[in-house]
Amino acid sequence: MLAERFAALRAEGRRALVCYVTAGHPSPVQSEALIRGIAGAGADVIEVGVPFSDPVADGPTIQSSSFAALAAGMTFDGTLALASRARPGVPLVLFTYLNPLLAAGSDALDRARDAGFSGVLVTDLPVGADAERERRISGGPLDFVRLVAPTTPDDRMAIIGRHGSGFVYLISRLGVTGARADVPADVGAAVRRLRSACALPVCVGFGISTPAQAAEVARHADGVVVGSALVQAAGRSVDEAVALVAAMRAAMDRAVAAA
Amino acid sequence: MSDRVAAPAPGEAERRFGPYGGQYVPETLIPALEQLERAYASAVADRGFQATLDQLLGEYAGRPSKLTDAPNLSKVIGARVVLKREDLNHTGAHKINNALAQALLAKRMGKRRIIAETGAGQHGVATATACARLGLECVVYMGEEDMRRQALNVFRMRLMGGTVIPVTSGTRTLKDATSEAIRDWVGSCDSSHYIIGSVVGPAPYPRMVRDFQAIIGREARAQVLERTGVLPQSVVACVGGGSNAIGIFHAFVGDREVELIGVEAAGKGLHTAEHSASLAAGRPGVLHGALSYLLQDAAGQVHPAHSISAGLDYPGVGPEHAYLHDSGRATYVSCTDSDALDAFAKMSRLEGIIPALETAHAVGWMLANAGRWAPEHVVLLCVSGRGDKDVAQVAQSHTFRS
Repeated sequence: MLAERFAALRAEGRRALVCYVTAGHPSPVQSEALIRGIAGAGADVIEVGVPFSDPVADGPTIQSSSFAALAAGMTFDGTLALASRARPGVPLVLFTYLNPLLAAGSDALDRARDAGFSGVLVTDLPVGADAERERRISGGPLDFVRLVAPTTPDDRMAIIGRHGSGFVYLISRLGVTGARADVPADVGAAVRRLRSACALPVCVGFGISTPAQAAEVARHADGVVVGSALVQAAGRSVDEAVALVAAMRAAMDRAVAAA
Repeated sequence: MSDRVAAPAPGEAERRFGPYGGQYVPETLIPALEQLERAYASAVADRGFQATLDQLLGEYAGRPSKLTDAPNLSKVIGARVVLKREDLNHTGAHKINNALAQALLAKRMGKRRIIAETGAGQHGVATATACARLGLECVVYMGEEDMRRQALNVFRMRLMGGTVIPVTSGTRTLKDATSEAIRDWVGSCDSSHYIIGSVVGPAPYPRMVRDFQAIIGREARAQVLERTGVLPQSVVACVGGGSNAIGIFHAFVGDREVELIGVEAAGKGLHTAEHSASLAAGRPGVLHGALSYLLQDAAGQVHPAHSISAGLDYPGVGPEHAYLHDSGRATYVSCTDSDALDAFAKMSRLEGIIPALETAHAVGWMLANAGRWAPEHVVLLCVSGRGDKDVAQVAQSHTFRS
């Protein structure tokens, strides 16, 4: 389903807007409205994050959204239930750390598919770290979205490309998640380097927080991921988050049409 | 297929202890870990590196550490207790062995900025010390709660030029300090080296830190044989992450007749939720880059640990301990806060040695098991550190009976 979505976007000459939300944030009830709202405002793919007690790849914004969601009782199973209630009509990616996924049992990904998920991304399961568990995920019902970092050498990019599906998530800069003031100058070069190593659609994330930044990245990549800025906006209000997505959508479409 | 997933990369087995260990980290860190693996392998093969390290350990840290007979404790326990005196090392604990070695390795990799996490502050102090000596920048993450418990060590780190950053997220103890140190490293791994203080974290740390701490057991085994003519019946050490325990166990793993006993922190009791006994009460899970036993709830959320000792207050344990536990080669037991406090006082009175609260857990278990050995048995106890850092906290403790 992710492949179909990216193929459709490509046919239309558009770029994917990939939006991250933490399940259960700003509250379990508002979370459902948020997912539907951003789908309606132009999100093409929604990453739904399973909150985890020790999110080592995340900066303060997503950390605090995770802790708030956990305090409100959100769990792995709760995330699946949220997705099946929300059914936003765009592909959903289950975004999780490994430990809650392990604890959810061997049928976790089947249940995730039944809940409406199309893909899974495991933050702390890099390619080659655990061949057996990676094979089980690859052989499961969901696309397995893998990450490429600024530190990843070309030969490893190719390996990652072969072991992922759906799209590949290019981390645009060193560091944990979090909104930043600027887009790294070499993002275009990084995308080109990854494209020559891997055939999957490339979505760029980490630190993209404004419509202008999203537009800038959309000139280079197949998709733009917005995370912390959206979580921050959602913490203020669902309406504000929906407005941010609509503004990013418009800015990206304008930038691509002008190119 | 020739790729990594279908056929494990060379060294994949070296990243694990049985099923435990591994490299469960954000993608950004994989090249840094691979660089560390290569640098470590080349350092181990380099006589110059080893000679520099040996000289630092000898002339600066004060190794070899003494083996001390504990005649009064022996009478109480009913066996000949000998103490491996890591408390006599420079900075007062075994942590300096690893900190000096990794700081040298960082210089070798051309990394001038060092990150560390610390619980009780002993690893932070050891790292700040090594950085001062070797001219490296030092940033230590420490939970706010631990900074309160171990104010003296915070001062020592700052005195030696270290920057101590308070960690206010989550439990405000070692677990979250470790998470915060990892986050720093994700953003700085091109220029910084992360000196993990225990046998935890992603490969190669658990094996590398063990190798740097194995000097404890190598020395102790030779010293015990020379002193007593026999191998010890039992080797006893406290286990948080487990670096002093692995350090002293490693030389004895092949001596099948030697019993290896790791003592976890039972906090307010294993029947409560407030303890740090990952092996006794946890189940396998992934935290901070490794698969090992972990205190966690049914949904895979990490359960906050508790121990009166900041150095044992950690919900995970080194993956090699998980392996030794499953294989039965080592036995893991526990000691409560209150028994550790009693042992802290008893050992001070009996031997004139104030043990670290961490070490006091191992002593506490021995006291509770007095009489389980024959009088001629030798019991080797790793005194992982000295208790000066704990005196203020113990003096304030309501449960302390002087």
